[in-house]
Amino acid sequence: MTETTDHGVKHEVYERLHATADFRELRRRYRAFVIPWTIAFLAWYLLYVLMSMWAHDFMSIQLFGNINIALVFGLLQFVTTFAIARIYATHANREFDPLAAKLEGQYEREIGGAAPDRPGDHAEHPLEGER
Amino acid sequence: MSTQALTAALFIAVVLLTVGITFWASRQTSGTTDYYAGGRSFSGFQNGLAVSGDYMSAASFLGISGAIALYGYDGFLYSIGFLVAWLVALLLVAELLRNSGRYTMADQLAYRMSQRPVRTAAATSTVVVSIFYLLAQMVGAGALVTLLLGVSSEAAKAWVIVGVGLLMIFYVVVGGMKGTTWVQIVKAVLLMGGTVLITVLVLAEFQFNISDLLGAASEETGKGEAFLEPGLRYGVTTTSKIDFVSLALALVLGTAGLPHILIRFYTVPTAKDARKSVLWAITLIGSFYLMTLALGFGAAALLNTGPESEVATSGGNLASPLLAEAVGGGDGTTGGAVLLALISAVAFATILAVVAGLTLTSASSVAHDLYASVFKRGQATERDEVRVARVAAFFIGGVAILLAIPAQKLNIAFLVALAFAVAASANLPSLIYNLFWRRFNTRGAMWSIYGGLVSSVVLVFFSPVVSGKGVDPNTGANLSLFPADVDFSWFPLENPGIVSIPLGFFLGWLGTVTSRDAESERRYDELEVRSLTGSGSEKAITH
Repeated sequence: MTETTDHGVKHEVYERLHATADFRELRRRYRAFVIPWTIAFLAWYLLYVLMSMWAHDFMSIQLFGNINIALVFGLLQFVTTFAIARIYATHANREFDPLAAKLEGQYEREIGGAAPDRPGDHAEHPLEGER
Repeated sequence: MSTQALTAALFIAVVLLTVGITFWASRQTSGTTDYYAGGRSFSGFQNGLAVSGDYMSAASFLGISGAIALYGYDGFLYSIGFLVAWLVALLLVAELLRNSGRYTMADQLAYRMSQRPVRTAAATSTVVVSIFYLLAQMVGAGALVTLLLGVSSEAAKAWVIVGVGLLMIFYVVVGGMKGTTWVQIVKAVLLMGGTVLITVLVLAEFQFNISDLLGAASEETGKGEAFLEPGLRYGVTTTSKIDFVSLALALVLGTAGLPHILIRFYTVPTAKDARKSVLWAITLIGSFYLMTLALGFGAAALLNTGPESEVATSGGNLASPLLAEAVGGGDGTTGGAVLLALISAVAFATILAVVAGLTLTSASSVAHDLYASVFKRGQATERDEVRVARVAAFFIGGVAILLAIPAQKLNIAFLVALAFAVAASANLPSLIYNLFWRRFNTRGAMWSIYGGLVSSVVLVFFSPVVSGKGVDPNTGANLSLFPADVDFSWFPLENPGIVSIPLGFFLGWLGTVTSRDAESERRYDELEVRSLTGSGSEKAITH
């Protein structure tokens, strides 16, 4: 089956790309961004939930007119969600995409237009065998 | 023309429009990539609309504005988890999944693990989550559509469920992912348009002064400042406080594990488009929840929401339609009738689109994971696979109809929260581990999926949701699923997430460290390159 020989070649290409400095840099940048930000927004949301449950008096302080801290805190969750999404998009466009495109270009050149790898048809993978 | 006739006419218009789209889409659907993933030819913006369409169910459109109208601040508090959750999808899941998978949630696990066990596990979890969600939507549809059309007999509700079910089967069997996606896009546009219109009209009543709107709401409901503070619905006792934290965890972590959301990322050509989809979805869903805030407090300020009112007896579901009538000029005016009919039709389109998305997700997983990979061991032809997916859609739709009709007397609104809990406990741990942890392997995946799934369902079964809550002292209504005199509950919370989510992650870790699988570790290098760079990922097809 053609897919079979293809995959052996692809595996080598993937391994080569994995060992490049560019890939290691891409992975470092990606993880250095998403892990701290994920912890931050989850903690910020959890703080809001916990305070809504256990800090009723503080949340009920009126700031101006009928606007209290609870409402402002809730609206701030919207603001931070929009802002983090924006920051991620800008960061990804600038820091991840050029490296990813470069690596993908290298992959395409080495594979030379073979059919896309098919994770769904695992039975055809030689590395898979009868697992 | 009476309001009901106008509503019915608009319902028919929605049906004709969506059926037309489905026929058009079916002519452009030939292979599996078309049927499961819409040819991966949708743009980031189109898919962002479709994702929003899939996500904003009638429960959000009518339920959240209704909850705000009845419980004030706590309804708003509830809605926020649904938005923040999208950051998990954006940062950790959408792009990597687009690059490493193909048609279903199971694909990215199967990439480096034993095909048959992980596909069986992921398909089981996909079908369970989708069926829970689907049942809740269909029962809601029966109650809602009859309410909107002004009929109320049990038989009418059953016929509505059958009608909605048949339409949903039609969209999925005939239109596949292409048809379903366009139905979602149309629904999202209608929903956003209708919501913007009513929001502007409501705010105009208060000269666009939010503080006045809030003041009027707290005054009209007679609840005073408490209406604008947390505590009217959640967190009365310590147990219910912990219960809300448990719900919040399931909402914020569950979204990125909902199979019908995940497979949407396969409909775009590149990971960058998957990113754009989520950015659009966050913009649309966020604006939508901000507007429901105006709708909810507007309904509290402008409508009667007392215990005997239509808003209260419908559980808040009629708050938005009745508010539309009120800002259009009130009962008996042409403006009121037109807006009421319009918002009812938007709600109807919302129901149809969401149930279609859920049915397609289950059918894809049955055909692609169970039939083609587990049963046929990857030797099925595309033609066979699509045929099986269509048959599966037919059966799943049929089962949903048959289950929804007897369930309509039961209070099954909890099923949506349960679907999020299962998604967060069974699906998210294996997704995250698989993408970020080299050591993760087949046993870890099996343990986290089955462990998270079984623990959430079992905990809910032994919770007050199912038995032991007794009857409402005011209305005498039975509050649990089982008859009021049966009580076998021992788990105190209604939401299992606070236990089942950590358990899902723990079991994934435990299963992994107690077994060794050099092959999946080796293939992780490939998965990592592919998921981060898009090398070798599935391309769009052009007709």
